[in-house]
Amino acid sequence: MKLFDYVLSGNCYKIRLLLDFLELSHEKQAVDFFPGREHKSDAFLQINPLGQIPVLEDDGAYIRDAQAILVYLASRYDPTGTWWPVNDPSELGRVAQWLAFADSITSTASAARLHDVLGYDLDVAQARAGAHKLFRILDDHLANQELQGFNWIAGSNPTVADVACFPYVALAGDGGIELFYYPAIQRWIRRFVNLPRFKLMPGINIFN
Amino acid sequence: MTPDTFTRSQWYAIGRLPDFEGAEAKPVRLLSQDLTVSDAAGVLSVNDADGRSLLTQIRYGHLWTTLSDTPRPLYDMPEFDEPDRRLVTVGGVGVRCSGLRCVENFLDMAHFPFVHTDILGVEEHPSVESYDVSMDAEKDEIWATKCKFFQPMASAAASGGQMTEYKYRVPHPYSTILYKTCPIREDVWDLVGLFIQPVEEDECIVHSFILVFDEENTDTGLLHFQQNIFLQDRMILENQVPRKLPLDPRWELPTRADASSIAYRRWLKANELQWGVALFNEAA
Ligand SMILES: N[C@@H](CCC(=O)N[C@@H](CS)C(=O)NCC(=O)O)C(=O)O
Ligand SMILES: [Fe+2]
Repeated sequence: MKLFDYVLSGNCYKIRLLLDFLELSHEKQAVDFFPGREHKSDAFLQINPLGQIPVLEDDGAYIRDAQAILVYLASRYDPTGTWWPVNDPSELGRVAQWLAFADSITSTASAARLHDVLGYDLDVAQARAGAHKLFRILDDHLANQELQGFNWIAGSNPTVADVACFPYVALAGDGGIELFYYPAIQRWIRRFVNLPRFKLMPGINIFN
Repeated sequence: MTPDTFTRSQWYAIGRLPDFEGAEAKPVRLLSQDLTVSDAAGVLSVNDADGRSLLTQIRYGHLWTTLSDTPRPLYDMPEFDEPDRRLVTVGGVGVRCSGLRCVENFLDMAHFPFVHTDILGVEEHPSVESYDVSMDAEKDEIWATKCKFFQPMASAAASGGQMTEYKYRVPHPYSTILYKTCPIREDVWDLVGLFIQPVEEDECIVHSFILVFDEENTDTGLLHFQQNIFLQDRMILENQVPRKLPLDPRWELPTRADASSIAYRRWLKANELQWGVALFNEAA
């Protein structure tokens, strides 16, 4: 199993996290995303015509899109069946719903971070405003979950929905987005970083 | 504030060469001024907002420019001409603080165990042993030598922990280079350096490079190692208050200022540097 990986990518971090949580042995192929733009090279476009990372290669097949890779890894390699809860349709529906939400976090919070850290030319005010809208929704949801005794996005245990939402929420500060107004998000981040085999990525301030 | 003479008289790296391939008036900001870079059949030129063409030079994998007509010469790094060395240009990373603060953080070994935990330091070995600081009067630059630190993973080529010896050099208010024990060759140093592009008094873009002997890692592997470390620094740098460098003696320094940082601050003061410096009175 091989992950096409970029250290500063939150989307790649999603996959690194789940590979560690599930203790799956794998190799990584470092992609020069910045400054080399290797993900837009002809060779990489053969692997993913969208020119995006992450991509996972397993058993000779390539899978692209972080959320799709999470679903694949959890369904195939999680013996507990909790990270992608196929046996509980209503929980599964909630997980899938928040996976889609995670991709919207990428297009807002991650965009602001690309602007501030790597100098991408985009409308950063719009990206930050979009992120704040989503964080408000997530914070309210997490607060509601806590009231019902649930610590995680889809229920009482962490699922791929938490893994998919975590990176760009926790890295928001890199893009000038304060998490100060989202106390339930802060408590969820603290629970997340305490999961067994969790590894920190630079830009995540756990003391916030 | 307009930049003081010392700041104005320097050369500044504004990007790697490939960043300007085919550029047509690509905007670049330096010392609170809007500049443009253009590429005419491989010849790069830099203009200011009034269309005046600025001096340029290509060195150390980067394009350099200056606002001055009589700049202070760019410092030499003869190691760039040595065969077998690998140069990796890491790319510009934006940081919301004065570039002077980035230099000071780079010089401070005390942050290794806490910021670069299990890579450049371990929490069980937090102490910085004393080292020598000297001024090279002829070149007007600062050297800190005989710095030693226990490092679990001193570079991408390291296979285990080692006592790493360091030298630090500050030849320019916005550049600093560290020379560290090469884990795979005797009697040579690996170089890691920062070329900082001051954008505003409290905002900068850090262009960094590594120039090492390494037969094991790919360029991209070295790049990832360095970017990972610099992003750890970035978060710390962005949390410092004030964002400019507090040089006023009335500031109570929140941390124990170490010898190289004292020398750096003295040197900036002796050269009457003011741009990028926080004044005590403007502190909120
Ligand atoms: N929906 C995709 C988005 C992936 C994505 O945006 N990846 C970024 C790096 S973190 C990328 O490759 N961006 C380049 C581009 O979109 O052109 C996923 O979740 O994997
Ligand atoms: Fe550092």
